[in-house]
Amino acid sequence: MSETTSEKQSANDATRDVPVIQVGHSPHIANVSFTSRRMMIDVLIALLPVAAMSIYIFQLYAVKQMAICLAACLLTEAVFVKMRNHSFSLTDCSAAVTAVILGLSLPATAPWYVGVIASVVAIGIGKVIFGGIGMNLFNPAMVGRAFVMIAFAGVMAASGYESMHTGIDAITQATPLNAFKQMGISTSLKDLFFGFTNGSLGETSALACLIGGAYLCIRRTASWEIPAGLIAVVLIMGGLADIMGNASDWTVIHHLFSGSLLFGAFFIATDPVSSPITAKGKFIFGAGIGFFIMILRFFSGYPEGVMFAVLLMNAVTPLINRWTIPKVMGE
Amino acid sequence: MAKKLEQFTGSGTFPKGIHPPERKHFSADAPIEVVPTPKEVLLPLQQNIGAPSKPLVKPKQEVEYGDLIADNEEAPISAKIHSPIFGVVQKMAVTTLPNGRHMQAIRIKAAGRQFTDEENYRELMGGKWPKSVVGYDPDEVTRAIHDAGIVGLGGAAFPTHVKIAPISLRVDTLLVNGCECEPYLTADDRVMRDIPDTIISGALLSRFAMGLKDIIVGIEENKPRAIEAIRKSAAGTDIKIAVLKTKYPQGSEKHLIKAVLNRVVPLGGLPADAGVAVSNVTTISAVARAVFRGMPLTHRVVCVTGGGVVQPKNLLVPIGISYRELIEFCGGFTKDAARILSGGPMMGFSFSDLDMPLTKGTGGVTVLTHDDIKKQKETACIRCGRCVDVCPMNLVPARLGLASRHGDLAMAEKYRIRGCVECGCCAYACPANIPLVQLIRMGKAQIAAKR
Repeated sequence: MSETTSEKQSANDATRDVPVIQVGHSPHIANVSFTSRRMMIDVLIALLPVAAMSIYIFQLYAVKQMAICLAACLLTEAVFVKMRNHSFSLTDCSAAVTAVILGLSLPATAPWYVGVIASVVAIGIGKVIFGGIGMNLFNPAMVGRAFVMIAFAGVMAASGYESMHTGIDAITQATPLNAFKQMGISTSLKDLFFGFTNGSLGETSALACLIGGAYLCIRRTASWEIPAGLIAVVLIMGGLADIMGNASDWTVIHHLFSGSLLFGAFFIATDPVSSPITAKGKFIFGAGIGFFIMILRFFSGYPEGVMFAVLLMNAVTPLINRWTIPKVMGE
Repeated sequence: MAKKLEQFTGSGTFPKGIHPPERKHFSADAPIEVVPTPKEVLLPLQQNIGAPSKPLVKPKQEVEYGDLIADNEEAPISAKIHSPIFGVVQKMAVTTLPNGRHMQAIRIKAAGRQFTDEENYRELMGGKWPKSVVGYDPDEVTRAIHDAGIVGLGGAAFPTHVKIAPISLRVDTLLVNGCECEPYLTADDRVMRDIPDTIISGALLSRFAMGLKDIIVGIEENKPRAIEAIRKSAAGTDIKIAVLKTKYPQGSEKHLIKAVLNRVVPLGGLPADAGVAVSNVTTISAVARAVFRGMPLTHRVVCVTGGGVVQPKNLLVPIGISYRELIEFCGGFTKDAARILSGGPMMGFSFSDLDMPLTKGTGGVTVLTHDDIKKQKETACIRCGRCVDVCPMNLVPARLGLASRHGDLAMAEKYRIRGCVECGCCAYACPANIPLVQLIRMGKAQIAAKR
C-alpha cells in the first residue's frame, strides 16, 4: 500500500499530442520543498556556526574528532543496514547529522577509538537495531556518548577535558562547570557567551548555538516548543536558586550559557524522532529536560546533566504522546 | 488570533491549516462562457448523497429541455434529474464516475432545434433578479427547489430541498459559502463576480424558506472582485459579508462556521447543531433560478483549469456533458498534461476516461502537469509532527496513518479517525511523503466493514 499511481495511456483523439495521463489519490500536490532529507540538511547548515567555532578554538582536535565520527557513523550505517537486508541509502543524511552532533559532544582530547566506538554504538545500537530512522526510542548520538562516558570514564569525565600537553589554551583549563563545581571559580559571562572556554567541542559558544538554533526554529525544522520549554524551566529553577541561595557568582545566566545547555536545547533535544509529536507534548518534553538538567547540576556528582536529561525524557516520550492526544475539533 | 472580525463573533480564520499555492490566475480572469449544446449528454442516475433516482423515460422517447427524466418518490433524500437538451432518449447506459461509483445512466441524443448560447445565457443567468420574497410562501420555495432537483453544488451534492426547508431546530443563520479555498478553482469566484444578483436573491429566498434571522456571505480575501460585486448587489439588504483570511481549508463548512461565528460543530454533528445552515454560492444561485424562473438544475458553472489545459476557462455547461468536450472546448491538453482531476488538487478525484459525464456536484476540472505532481519517494515517518501542526481538525494524522496501515482499528478509533475530513493538509505537509489521507481512508473503510 504505497504508491497507487499507475500510468495509463490515454489513446484519445482529444489529447492531440497524447500526453501520458496518470491517476493517483488526493491530495495531488505536496509541499516538495520540505522533505525529511531537507530537514537533515537544515540541521547540518545550522551546525555550521557551531562547528566553525569549535574549529576556531580547538583547531585540529575538532576537525579530527568530527572526521572520525563522520567516517565511523556512515560506515556503521552502511554495514548495519546491509546486515538487516534493507536497501535504503545514506542519502537521507540522518547518519551525518548524528555523526556531527556526536563529534561535537566529545572532548577535544578524547582518543580516536572513543569516537569510533561511540559512533558504532550510536548508529548500530542507538538507531538501526530499533528499526532504523524514525523507529529509535533514544537520541542515537546521546546513546553513543553515554556508552563511552561510562566505558571510558577517565577520558570522558570532567578531568578528561583538561590536558597540559597541548598548545591550545582552552584545553589547559578546567571546563567552566567543573571549575565552579570543584573550586568555586566562576567564568566570565563574556567568555561563556562567545565560547573561549574548555568543554565539549560544540558546546562552548552560546552565540553559535543561538544562531544555529534560531535558523532551525525559523525553518520549523526544529520545533521551537522544545527549546522554549527547556530554557523556561532552566530560567525559573536557576532564578529561584539565585533568589533563595547563597549569593554565588554562578547565576542563572551562567547556567544558561555554560556546558551543553544551549547546544542540547537546540540540536539534541529537538531530534524529531525521539521527541513527542504534539506541540503541547514538545513543550512538556523540553520542560522535563530543563528540570533534570538543573537537578543534575545542583545535586549530582556530575558537573553537567544534558545528556542524561535528554535520555531520561526520551524514555518518557511515548507516555507524553499518550497524555497529550489533542482534543478533536467539536469534541 | 484574538483579533475579531468586524461585526462578527469569529476571528476571520480558524486554527492550523495550510497555504498551498493558489494558482487561481489560470482562469480567474475568464468570464463565464456558454458551451454550445453537445451532441449528446449522459445523466447518471445518482448525482447526490442519498438514494439513486429511477428513470421515468423509455428509450426512443423524445424529451424537451427541462423535462423530468428520473426521480425517486419514496426516498426523501434523493434528487430529481432533468434533461438539459432537446433530444431522444437512447438505450440505458452504464458509467463510472471519477469518484469510482459505477451506475446506470440515461443517454440523450440531441435532436431538433436547441437553445442558442445567447438564449441559454439569458435564461439561466441574465436579466433582473428580484430582491424580495413578496408573494411567496416558504413551502413554495422548498417545493420549487425539490422540483428543480437542486443538490449542493460545492461538491457534497446533498439534496438542497432537505436543507432549505422550514426547520424547527435552533438554527438562526444562513452562511453562504463563497470561500472556494481549493487551489486553481475559480467557478464560485466567477459566479460571484458575474451574476452576484442571483446569489443575493437566492439567499433571501432560502432564509425566508428556513425562517432564519441572518444571512452572512463568507468570502476569502484573495477574491477582492467577488467581495466588491457581492457587496454592491447586497446593498439595501441586511445581508452581511464576512471577509476571511485566505487559508486552506477555509471552505470546509466546519471551519467556515468557526471563522465567522466562532461556533463549533460537534464531532459527528451537522452545522444545524451549531445553529447554522451552510450553502455554497453556486447552489444558492440555482435556488433563485428555480424559484423565480421555474428552471430545473440542468446547467452549472464549471471551471476548466490548470497548466495542462491550453486555454483555461469558466464555463456554463449542461450537466451530463463529457469531460472530453470540456477539454476540447478549452483547446485540449498541453503536451505536459499529466493528471486530470474532477475537482481541485487537494480533494479532487483523478481519472483517465474522458468519456465520463460531468455531474451536478462537480465545479471544476483541473489538469495538472508533470511538474505539479512530481512526487518524491515515501520515506520513514520521523515523527516531526508537521501533520499535527497543520491538521485543521486537530488530529494526529501520523498516528492514524500508522494505525490504519497496521490494521490497528482500536488505536485508530482512540485517535478519532472519524473526525478526519480528508482535506489533505497532512499529506501536503508531510516531509516523508506518506500518503496519509489514503491510509486514513483505508482505516475508515476497515472500520465500516467491521460494523
